[in-house]
Amino acid sequence: MKSLKRYSVVFVMPTLIAFIIAFAVPFVLGLFLSFTEFRTVSDAQFVGFSNYIRIFTQDKTFLNSLWFTVKFAVISVVTINLFAFVLAIMLTRDVFGTRLFRTVFFMPNLIGGIVLGYIWQLIINGVLFNFGYSITTNASYGFWGLVILMNWQMIGYMMIIYIAGLSNIPTDIIEASKVDGAGWFTTLFRVTIPSCMPSITICLFLTITNSFKLFDQNLALTAGAPGGRTRMVALDIYETFYGRIGFEGIGQAKSVIFFLLVAVISLTQLILTRRKEVEI
Amino acid sequence: MKRIISLILTVLTVVALFTGCGKKKQNALVYFLNFKPESAAVYEELAKKYEQEKGVKVKVVTAAANTYEQTLKSEIAKTEAPTIFQVNGPIGYNSWKDYCLDIKDSKIYSYLSDKSLAIKSGDGVYAVPYVVEGYGIIYNNAIMDKYFALPNRQQKVGSMEEIKNFATLKIVVDDMTKNKEKLGIDGVFASTSLSSGEDWRFTTHLLNIPLYYEYKSAQDKDATTALLESKEIDFKYEQNYKKIFDLYIENSATKKTLLGSKSVADSMAEFALSKAAMVQNGNWAWSQISGVKGNTVDEKDIKMLPIYIGVDGEEKQGICIGTENYFAINKNVSEEKRKASLDFLDWLFSSETGKREVTQKLGFITPFNTFKESETSNDPLAKEIIRYLNDDEKTVIPWIFTAFPSENFKKETGSALLDYVQGTKTWKEVRQTVVEKWKSERK
Repeated sequence: MKSLKRYSVVFVMPTLIAFIIAFAVPFVLGLFLSFTEFRTVSDAQFVGFSNYIRIFTQDKTFLNSLWFTVKFAVISVVTINLFAFVLAIMLTRDVFGTRLFRTVFFMPNLIGGIVLGYIWQLIINGVLFNFGYSITTNASYGFWGLVILMNWQMIGYMMIIYIAGLSNIPTDIIEASKVDGAGWFTTLFRVTIPSCMPSITICLFLTITNSFKLFDQNLALTAGAPGGRTRMVALDIYETFYGRIGFEGIGQAKSVIFFLLVAVISLTQLILTRRKEVEI
Repeated sequence: MKRIISLILTVLTVVALFTGCGKKKQNALVYFLNFKPESAAVYEELAKKYEQEKGVKVKVVTAAANTYEQTLKSEIAKTEAPTIFQVNGPIGYNSWKDYCLDIKDSKIYSYLSDKSLAIKSGDGVYAVPYVVEGYGIIYNNAIMDKYFALPNRQQKVGSMEEIKNFATLKIVVDDMTKNKEKLGIDGVFASTSLSSGEDWRFTTHLLNIPLYYEYKSAQDKDATTALLESKEIDFKYEQNYKKIFDLYIENSATKKTLLGSKSVADSMAEFALSKAAMVQNGNWAWSQISGVKGNTVDEKDIKMLPIYIGVDGEEKQGICIGTENYFAINKNVSEEKRKASLDFLDWLFSSETGKREVTQKLGFITPFNTFKESETSNDPLAKEIIRYLNDDEKTVIPWIFTAFPSENFKKETGSALLDYVQGTKTWKEVRQTVVEKWKSERK
């Protein structure tokens, strides 16, 4: 133990260095750049809060994207968790083939977001073409396309976490509730769900943050078309930063706001659901 | 003992970790950030040849399609920054002017046959064009011959030579649409690609023409300068823009509500497979046409027609010729590197090896006087460009879209056009978008 402590520096160093280079430095630099005007990261001029003000006065795309993202996040968080939980319950029963199905449902998660985006674009367009439409015809097609895509990708992953939570519930408390005369529904809501609160916490956290941060899928599926009405916040930041000369600082300021927003939402969620967790 | 071994092992791992990053290569003096992904392999080969001949190492990095600005933005902030990079015109120069070296004394500038083509500011010359390109309506003459041989065709226009304005073009196109089964085509025009990032043929190239007519009569200024200085546009020829755009989408190989999913590659494939008789594009498209698998268009049948939009006197109008590819030298690198970069460009456009590769492999029509008439590209579209350039009867339209206010302006215009073809916006709203975005983006 003593020797482990003595060498702790050696063991921590590589990760720490990587963390500083890849996370801490860019983060601090990004924060600094949001208060400056710059073309490349090395020629920044300090301008105070003007970038933050210009987000709301000059460049109005941010609020639209934010509203679109919030709608998307609410719907996909609910649907993903609902479907994943239902699947988890179905696949923890003692039925033939559960292992195969678990694998099958998990598989979409192994495909990258850009590829998935293009695959779903083909599928959705393939259907809509029959009616003379395409995914860009109406912003709501893009919206639901994104919801479907996200569900398809995330359900399997969340399902695995729920399965782990469900199989950790000791069978004796389930049996005890049955002896006490609880029906299937009562058991589910009074015993099963409270006992897998830790899984719910982590699944909600993952789905909320991932839905807000969604980028690749959005870029590949619609790229904001038509008219930027399916553009989520991450894509909006990217396009502000790279697509518009002189808007680099604004893009940076947007991402700081975005970070604070996601941090507040997901931390609140963590605290709220943590409280509901019970010791088994 | 065990402890010592474990200590040694740890140290070794850490050392191994860092040597990976620390490996020093011989630094290249010239770092060329290439804009054209289709030419990436040729440039790398050129770099090797240059190193063999002159012993100077050239590093070539190619930005993926549509990501040049992003790549340049991150590359130029590095210690080993690009020494030769590209700007796309006066607007592009504006955003990179802090990085552009004054090259008025360079050889490459002295080779320029028309010195007015370079980007200047005050006394300085900051970027030099290296390729001249042209666009118009590319058509497949085999299909046209087939059409003109039809017994039941309209009798007003009898050959391609008679198409000299929008009215005659429309007569032929409308009649071809009626006969499309007989001609074996899906539509006269290949799809008007309007998916995101693929709409530049219409938001920049096509819009160039009505704005050229609006600004060509500006006093003592060329249209580009006049456009560059205008804070607002009247968009006087918006109805002409609508006419030609409508002609494209109404006679398209794809139903117009589906155009939002089409890319330029889709359109070029339709043309190459003879599913469409015409497509608006430029001479760079030759490699795309010839690269399509199962391509049925014969090299000798590929011709180019000016884009007529129904303006008075357009019988004399030629195709649109210009450039949006300018080389600039990074002034923030060492003197040695700047000189090496200029030497490389000099070699590329004046040495025998360089010139041969530029015309044969890159297929460029260059604006330099170092190229003799025999040293020109021999692809069919390049020949068409040269034909129009040498035709004294026709006035070519310059590329003035390099003076469009911003990328965002083009993007918003593209979105509006997409909404228009899908029926969610009226033409009035498209016009409004163009005028308003011009004003708000010009600031």
